[in-house]
Amino acid sequence: MIGRKKNKSTIAMSAVKQEFSFTRRAMFVGGVQAVFGLAIGARMTYIAIAEKEKYTLLSESNRVNLTLVPPRRGWFIDRNGKPIATNRTDFRVDIIPDRLVNKERTVATLTKLLSLNDDEVTRINRELEQSSGFQPVQIASGLDYEDFALISVRLPDLPGVSPRQGFSRFYPSGAAVGHLIGYVGPVSAEEYQKNRDPLLITPGFKIGKDNLERKFENILQGKPGAKRVEVTARGKIVRELSSREDTPGKPVKLTIDIDLHNYAARRLGIESGSVVVIDCLTGDILTMASMPSFDPNSFSQGIGVSEYAWLREDRTVPLLNKSLQGLYPPGSTLKPLAGLAILEQGISAEETVFCNGGYTLGNRRFNCLGRHGNINMADAIKRSCNTYFYTMGRRIGYDKIAPVARTLGLGQEFNLPFTSQYYGTVPDSKWLEKKHNRKWTSADSLNAVIGQGYVLASPFQLAIMTARLASGRKILPNIVANTGKKTPSLTFPKESLNIIREGMFRVVNVAGGTATRGQLPLDDVKMAGKTGTSQVTAIRRDGRRSTEWKHRDHGLFVCYAPHDNPRYAAAVVIQHGGGSGAAYPIARDVLTFIYDKEKAMETLNALESAWGGTIEQRMAADLARYRQNKDAEKNQINEEETTSETNTVEDEI
Amino acid sequence: MSSHNSIVPAQISNLPWRIIFLLIALACFGVIILYSAADGNMMPWAAPHLIRFLIMLAAAIVMSRLPLDFWKTMTFPIYVGVLLMLIGVEIVGSLGGGSQRWLNLGFMRIQPSELMKPAVVLAIAWFYDRLPPSRSGDLISLLPPAVILTLPAALVLLQPDLGTTLAIIFGGVVVMFLAGLPLKWFTISGAAVALLIPFAYFFALEPYQQKRVTTFLSPEDDPLGAGYHVNQSAIAIGSGGLSGKGFLNGTQSHLDYLPEGHTDFVFATMAEEWGLIGGLATILGFYILLRWGMMVSVNSASRYGKLVAAGLCCTIFFYIAVNLMMVMGLAPVVGIPLPFLSHGGSSMMTIMICIGIIMAIERQPKSPNGKFV
Repeated sequence: MIGRKKNKSTIAMSAVKQEFSFTRRAMFVGGVQAVFGLAIGARMTYIAIAEKEKYTLLSESNRVNLTLVPPRRGWFIDRNGKPIATNRTDFRVDIIPDRLVNKERTVATLTKLLSLNDDEVTRINRELEQSSGFQPVQIASGLDYEDFALISVRLPDLPGVSPRQGFSRFYPSGAAVGHLIGYVGPVSAEEYQKNRDPLLITPGFKIGKDNLERKFENILQGKPGAKRVEVTARGKIVRELSSREDTPGKPVKLTIDIDLHNYAARRLGIESGSVVVIDCLTGDILTMASMPSFDPNSFSQGIGVSEYAWLREDRTVPLLNKSLQGLYPPGSTLKPLAGLAILEQGISAEETVFCNGGYTLGNRRFNCLGRHGNINMADAIKRSCNTYFYTMGRRIGYDKIAPVARTLGLGQEFNLPFTSQYYGTVPDSKWLEKKHNRKWTSADSLNAVIGQGYVLASPFQLAIMTARLASGRKILPNIVANTGKKTPSLTFPKESLNIIREGMFRVVNVAGGTATRGQLPLDDVKMAGKTGTSQVTAIRRDGRRSTEWKHRDHGLFVCYAPHDNPRYAAAVVIQHGGGSGAAYPIARDVLTFIYDKEKAMETLNALESAWGGTIEQRMAADLARYRQNKDAEKNQINEEETTSETNTVEDEI
Repeated sequence: MSSHNSIVPAQISNLPWRIIFLLIALACFGVIILYSAADGNMMPWAAPHLIRFLIMLAAAIVMSRLPLDFWKTMTFPIYVGVLLMLIGVEIVGSLGGGSQRWLNLGFMRIQPSELMKPAVVLAIAWFYDRLPPSRSGDLISLLPPAVILTLPAALVLLQPDLGTTLAIIFGGVVVMFLAGLPLKWFTISGAAVALLIPFAYFFALEPYQQKRVTTFLSPEDDPLGAGYHVNQSAIAIGSGGLSGKGFLNGTQSHLDYLPEGHTDFVFATMAEEWGLIGGLATILGFYILLRWGMMVSVNSASRYGKLVAAGLCCTIFFYIAVNLMMVMGLAPVVGIPLPFLSHGGSSMMTIMICIGIIMAIERQPKSPNGKFV
C-alpha cells in the first residue's frame, strides 16, 4: 500500500477510506479536466486575439489571388507616326508547370483540343522541362474565341492550364523589321533569378529579347494592372473582387521611315544583303534593312523547332543582322575615301596616272578592270580604275589613308541602342604588327586601297562614310527621333570633297561611269555613288572562278542624292551578289521611292511577281518546302515502318 | 424522484431536462455549423446530424430508464460481445485482404472499437465493484483489469487505430485510478510510458503516424503536406478573431482551404464564423456537461455507479480534449471527432451511450451528503 508497508497485513483499506479516496481522486480528475479546459481556452484566446492579425493576413492570402495583368507594351512608331510594333488582342493558353498534375495527359488533351502539330508539341515539352516550375510555358497564342472557350470549359479537368485574354506583340511589317526591332519573349529562368518581380512570371508577359525591343525595355514595359479574385483551394475562381487597369508602356518614336524601310527590305528580294539609308542632315537612320530575316511575330509567339532549324540552316544566315553585324570587304566603294586621303597629302586631283590594265609590284601583277590610259582622280573614281589608286595609294602609304577611313566612320562603333555592332577592320602597319606580327608591305597597301585584303566594313559603316562624304559633316547616326545633334564639320577642304563628289557624280551620270544604269528615273534629282565588287576568294591564276554561290563576289554600292544638295545617303551590300550590278539597281529604286513612290512600286511589283510573291509569301513557301524535305528524309529512315500512309505537309503559316 | 402535481406526466417532467437542453443546444449548434459548412444547405451533413442526434437522444433517454442493476448484470455479456465483434472485424478484415474497422450487420454498419470505449469502462468498474476494498493494492486488483484493457486495446491497435486505442486505454486507466489503486503504480507506469515513447515512435508507429508527430512539433515546416491541416485550422481560428466572420461568411471553410471542416476540424469551421465567443461558449458547454458527469459520479451511492459515471465522463472528455488540442495545434493530428459538433454516426453513438448510462446512474438514489456509505 502506498507508503504503509509496516501495516500492510493488519490494516486493510476500509470501504469508508475507499470512498474518501475516490472523492479526492475524482476531484483531482475533475481538476485536470478543468485545467485542460482552461489551457484550451487560453490557447484559443491567444490564437484568436494575439495572433489574429497574422492569421487574418494568411486567410486573406488564401482567399484572394492577386493576378497581375501584363501591361500593354509601348509601340514603336516611325518618324511619321506609323506603327512598327504594336499589340493585338489575343487569346492564349499557358501551362504553369508547378500546378500540373499529370503532364503527359494534360499536354495530350491540349494537343487534341487545339490540334497542335508535332513541332509545337516538341517545343512545349522542351520548355516544360527547362522551365523552373512557376514560369508559364506557352501552349498557344493568337487563338480564336472558340478554341479559347473550348479550353476554358474544361479547366476543372486541366489543373495547371491557364487560358487568358491578353495582348501579344504584333509587327505589321513582319520579317522586314526583324533585325531592326528585335523581338519579345518570355522571361528566362536566369532573368527571373536576377529579378524576382512576380510580373516576370505572369503568363503572357514578355520582355524585349533583342535589339531595340531589348534596349528600350524600361520605356516600353509599362506598369502591370492587377486583378483580385477570390479562389477556392483548388484554384477555382469564385468571383472577381477588384481590378486595376494596366499602365501601357510609352511609345518609342524612331527615325525610321517605315515605308522606305519596308520598300528596301522587299526590294532586296531573293538576294541576301542589306540596305541602309541615312539622312545626311541629321544622321537619322531612315532605313536599315537586312534580308533575309526572321519574322519577329513568330519569335514573339514562341518559334517552332522546325521553323528555327530552317532559319539556322539557311546559308544566307537569316538570323544575322547584316546591316550591323555583316562584315564585308568594301571593295571599290572605298575609292572616294582613298581619293580624299590622296588629296589630303597634297597631290593634285589633276595629276594623272597611266593605266595599262594593271600595276606591277615586284613580280606580282595587280589587275585593273580595264585599260584606262592617262586618268585623273575624278575619272578614276568614275571608271573605278584600280591602277590609279594602286599607284597613288602606294605613293602615300596606307597609314595615311587609314586615319581618313576612321574619320569617315570605318572601324568605328556608334552609340546606338542595338545589341551588337561589329567594328570591322581598318588595317594599318601598327595593327598588322600586333595582329599578325609582320611588317606592312606595299602589297598590303595595294589591296587595302581598293577595299580588299584586311579591310572589312559593315553596310551601316559604309552608309555613314557616304553620308559624311556627302555632307562634309561628322554625321552621327540616331535611331530615336528628335535626338540628332548638330554635327561638326569635317576638316577636309571643301574643294577636296567637291572633287570626290564630282567623281561619284560621274559614276552614275556620265557615260563610261560604272553605274550609269543606276541613274534615278527622275528629272530633277541626280544621284551620285560608287560601285564596289569585292572578291571573296583570290582570283586564280587561270582566271577561272568558282561558280558556287558562296564563292561569288559581293556586290556593293554607296550613293547619295540629290547630288547638288545631298540629303540621303545610302549603302547597299549584296552578299555574293556577283558584282556591283546586283547592288546599284536596288539603291536606285530605294532612292526613287523617296521621291516618287508610285514609280518605285511599279518596279517592285513587277520584280516581286517574278520572284514568287512578297517576303511573307516566299518565306511561307520556303518553310513549307523545308518541312516537306525534312519529312521526306524522316520517311526514308522510317520506310520499313510506314505502309501506305501518305505524307501530309504541315500547313502552319 | 418526487412527483409533482402538473399537467406534464411525471415520467417526462422527471427527465434531467437541464442536461437534455444542454445536449440539444450543443447538437443544434453543430447543425448550424454543418449547415454553414455545406454552403448553407441542410444536406449532406446538417439534416442527418440532427436526425441522428434526435434518435440517439431518444435512445439515451430509454437507456437512462433502465435500472443500474440491469447494466451491472449486462456488463460482462456486453464486454464479451463487443470483444467478439472486435475479433470478428479482425477475421473479416484478414479474410477480405485488408484492415477494416467496420462490421456490416446488413441494416447498419457498426464500429466495435467505438462500442468498446464504454464497454471497457463498464467492465473494469464492474470488477472493482466486486473487489473487496481490502484487496485494493494487491496484485489481484491489477491483473484482471489489465487483461480487460489489453485485449481490446491490442485488437484495435492492430486495425490500426491509434486514436481509439488511446481512448480505450484512457477510459480504463481513469477507472483504475479512481478505484483506488496505489498512486505509486501510476507514477511508475507513467514514467515508464514517458521513457518508452521514443522507442514507440521509432518502432511502433506507421510512417504516416510518425509524420503526424513530427508535423505536430513543427507544422510550418511542411505547410502543404502533413502540416496543412493544422496550419489551415489555426488560420481559420485566428482569422475568426473575437466575434468571427459571421454566419456563412467563413472563407477557410467555404473555399475548401480547411480540410475535414465538417468532421475532425469542425471546431475551426465554427471558430472562423463565431470567433472566440463561439469557441469559449462551446468549451463552456462541454465543461458544464463534464462537470455534470463528474457530479453524478461523486453523488452516486454505489461504487459501480461512481466508477462508471466518472469513467464514461472521462471518455467523453478524451474526445473533446484531444480534438480541441489537435485543432489548436496542441496535439498531433489524430482522427478524433468533436462530440455533438462533428458529423459522423459512430462517435455520436458512443457519446450518447455514455450519456444515457450516466443519466441512468443519476436516477439512482444518491449518497446522502456528508455521510459515507
